[in-house]
Amino acid sequence: MSVLVNKNTKVICQGITGSQGTLHTEQAIAYGTKMVGGVTPGKGGTKHLGLPVFDTVKDAVAETGADASVIYVPAAFCKDSILEAVDGGVKLVVCITEGIPTLDMLYVKQYIAERGDVRLIGPNCPGVITPGECKIGIMPGHIHKPGKVGIVSRSGTLTYECVAQTTALGYGQSTCIGIGGDPIPGTTHIDALRMFQDDPQTEAIVMVGEIGGSAEEEAAEFIKQYVKKPVVSYIAGVTAPAGKRMGHAGAIIAGGKGTAAEKFAALEAAGVKTVRNPSQIGLAVKEITGWN
Amino acid sequence: MNLHEYQGKQLFREYGLPVSRGFACDTPEEVAARAKEIGGSMWVVKAQVHAGGRGKAGGVKLVKTPEDAAAFAQNWLGKNLVTYQTDAKGQPVSKILVEECTDIAKELYLGAVVDRSSRRVVFMASIEGGVDIETVAHNTPEKILKVAVDPLVGAQPFQGRELAFKLGLSGDQVKQFVNIYLGLAKLFVEKDLALLEINPLVIKTDGNLHCLDAKIGIDGNALFRQPQVKAMHDPSQEDAREREAAKWDLNYVALDGNIGCMVNGAGLAMATMDIIKLHGGNPANFLDVGGGATKQRVTEAFKIILSDAAVKGVLINIFGGIVRCDMIADGVIEAVKEVGVKVPVVVRLEGNNADLGAKKLAESGLNIVAANGFDDAARRIVAAVKGA
Repeated sequence: MSVLVNKNTKVICQGITGSQGTLHTEQAIAYGTKMVGGVTPGKGGTKHLGLPVFDTVKDAVAETGADASVIYVPAAFCKDSILEAVDGGVKLVVCITEGIPTLDMLYVKQYIAERGDVRLIGPNCPGVITPGECKIGIMPGHIHKPGKVGIVSRSGTLTYECVAQTTALGYGQSTCIGIGGDPIPGTTHIDALRMFQDDPQTEAIVMVGEIGGSAEEEAAEFIKQYVKKPVVSYIAGVTAPAGKRMGHAGAIIAGGKGTAAEKFAALEAAGVKTVRNPSQIGLAVKEITGWN
Repeated sequence: MNLHEYQGKQLFREYGLPVSRGFACDTPEEVAARAKEIGGSMWVVKAQVHAGGRGKAGGVKLVKTPEDAAAFAQNWLGKNLVTYQTDAKGQPVSKILVEECTDIAKELYLGAVVDRSSRRVVFMASIEGGVDIETVAHNTPEKILKVAVDPLVGAQPFQGRELAFKLGLSGDQVKQFVNIYLGLAKLFVEKDLALLEINPLVIKTDGNLHCLDAKIGIDGNALFRQPQVKAMHDPSQEDAREREAAKWDLNYVALDGNIGCMVNGAGLAMATMDIIKLHGGNPANFLDVGGGATKQRVTEAFKIILSDAAVKGVLINIFGGIVRCDMIADGVIEAVKEVGVKVPVVVRLEGNNADLGAKKLAESGLNIVAANGFDDAARRIVAAVKGA
């Protein structure tokens, strides 16, 4: 088992004929991901990288039986592409693109909430990978190893850091979920924690957060109530300055949450093993699990 | 991206909100002339910077003659205003807003942000308007009234009425408040705002509501579809190096330490700053070269880091996912050759083509230390800077 994706997941790529779509589809195929087609409006009926290209997601799903779609279209068109994917019948939508207007995501989240049966990962994220089975996104496949640690992170390169450390220790990863660094992510820490807790293959969880917002505080509350597996957490940005500010609205809505110190404190109170040194995340997993 | 008060008020005016008659001026003479044009016997002059706390810092003044208005402008134009919301250098003043005077009976607070938790635009209002609103929010959170806007339905009049009645408004004030609320909600969505604040929203002595201030932040990701707002960008309010970095699509924030950092990914960049601090050093900057880094952008990034005279050493920390480490190495070698580097440089390359990158650096003959992992890299640069 794993979460979200496995060797049977059939994936289409929206924006497959663009440079990013082409590059990462090639790499996904090389990794062994079951890529079954792509979508580029106006290029339906052609072939790209040996895969059939469709005009719409609906066509692609009808012809290929795809369960998941990965999106590499420019930010200005992502809202439309995500909504098309949700409407088109896939169960998992992974949006890699960064720079999507925040208000677009408010509409997207509400639309998905009303559907109830579709999961969005991202935007502004590296994607999701179940090592050895299915890679959807831009992460370097070779640093991963099939195994027992579930990783969820707001940051792309920090996810790779956790992967490299848990691979080096021989633990490997069940699934790695890059939820992305945007203010309004499709999937939250809590969603990922719930999936990892319910997944038999996952024996320990690494959660990497960042300063800003209250997602980690909310995750700490959830861990206290629901997560029985060992959790290791690092929050990036202890030394980040408060920075220049405009007015008070941001501070009022945050209500004293959002700094690294508050996030660490909330996680520790929930029994999470926290790490101050980002090069020792793997070692913290070793310590809390007692694994060799 | 932030707007100046006068630009915010221009948008307010377009959305039919009550704001004072006023003009943003470039010279003391223009301030005096505009004051005469507005007429009356008292004016407000306000230094235009991207920060709050201007009143307490002397950047806002009531004046009784056009000459006093000009003197205020003479005093501030070309200088930096330091408030508790700026850094120690403050923000440069290049425009003075001169406005007609408003007779204030009571000060309210009205603000709006995108709330991450509820995934809604949330409006906040309070009868405790003015400078100490954060204290109010902290000590008596019940005094901050909130309504959330459903993104698919939009702001509704009943929400405005609810806030108005809770704020103790009555009669025509309720209608005025509802109009202000609906106008602001429309503005927020149509112009892709990230933050909006009127502090204070005042009740005038004649009982009417009036927007006395305007703070607006725009979602930088949405500028591609906001040409009007994009044109309001004032680069003088940003750090010179941050401005140069933005030209190259680099995310750079100047800090006050002495170890320059070049990292790919915002999270890893913050983590790199954290680990430097953990080992007793101080980062000079945050710099994310991004996933789409090119050789040229790496070279420019390196130059920007070195343009900070405080930098006594540089740590390059790259975990190549999409980015090829050998390309990063080429960029670094190019930059070192171009600008000449007299400070120690420690490089940690991991991931995509890391070995090739390390080989290129080793063969370059330049004084660059290859580190053995993340922790080792941080220890080495901290030690090198301390030893210097």
